[in-house]
Amino acid sequence: MSEQQTQTEVVLEALEAIADRIEAEKKHLTDLDSAIGDADHGANLNRGFQKALEKTEGMDDEEPAKVVKTVGTTLISEVGGAAGPLYGGSIMSASTELQDGITAESSIAFAEAYLNKVQDRGDARIGDKTMVDALVPAVHTYKKSIEQDDLPPLTALAKAVDAAERGVDFTVGIRASKGRASYLGWRSVGHQDPGATSTLYMLEELLDVAAAHLDGEIDRDASSPTIPDETPEDE
Amino acid sequence: MVSIVVVSHSEKAAEGIRDVAQEMGGDARIVPVGGDPDGGIGTTAPAIEEGIREADDGNGVLVIADLGSAVMNSELAIEMVGEEIDAEIADAPILEGALNAAVAAAQPDEELSAVRERAEEARELRKL
Repeated sequence: MSEQQTQTEVVLEALEAIADRIEAEKKHLTDLDSAIGDADHGANLNRGFQKALEKTEGMDDEEPAKVVKTVGTTLISEVGGAAGPLYGGSIMSASTELQDGITAESSIAFAEAYLNKVQDRGDARIGDKTMVDALVPAVHTYKKSIEQDDLPPLTALAKAVDAAERGVDFTVGIRASKGRASYLGWRSVGHQDPGATSTLYMLEELLDVAAAHLDGEIDRDASSPTIPDETPEDE
Repeated sequence: MVSIVVVSHSEKAAEGIRDVAQEMGGDARIVPVGGDPDGGIGTTAPAIEEGIREADDGNGVLVIADLGSAVMNSELAIEMVGEEIDAEIADAPILEGALNAAVAAAQPDEELSAVRERAEEARELRKL
């Protein structure tokens, strides 16, 4: 089995894990969204990921970047709403970073490209009570853990999941200034953001799948083991 | 002639706004787009892309959208269309903007930028 096939198979495995998780959490995500949004997040994401499973069937021999791109384009057309362009559009656009395969370096590039696209498209910053509140800490923690703390990608991903979880908790206490929840003003305070939550679920599933294929310690704690004197390089 | 695509979360609202604007828009081509893949409330980028392609007669397309994600999907649709068609989003209220744009687009020589400007003037419309 070539390395490329292995990577594609892992990508398909991760997709299946995420699709299963979204399906299992469909009602919970929709409940979160009905409190401060338009009550369709769970159903829309589930429709998109189920369709992505269909569309990627038989793609085992394709390059991983192509599979990832197919997931993105499928989410764009099937999820709709804001989640379609935000999840699907960002996955599609970031997939080019994986063209030469998935490595520690290209996975950081993918994560950064994904985050940039989400922020660019949604025009959201930290503290707006959106998926950005989970994504920014996750991506920053992942990058720093690998580049500065020299941790293996699996360990870095575990830390990133913890960072995302803290971000999800952060969304509870703040007032929404982007997205549908912003129409509610102060009524949005006290509710967890559905987009940040589904982002965390996806990262948790990525971690689970990565744990089955990569070596490294899993310690879901975003704290850094070191205080380095350098900062990560900006692109 | 510049064409117009009206993008709403509701297919019915998009069609209704088209009807209102068309009354003042003469021969201007106005294409309504709305609804999610299940026929519910929402928008998707590929449907808007299709609307832009259907509307265009070579002179450009002005897209007017309602709430947040309709704008986001319109942006993505315009990226998907690429260089082939000159398409822009008007930063305007959807009904009044579509009406203004239709009036401007009914003049065959009006360019896309001018139609967009007319649509965006609707931001200043006062009702009382």
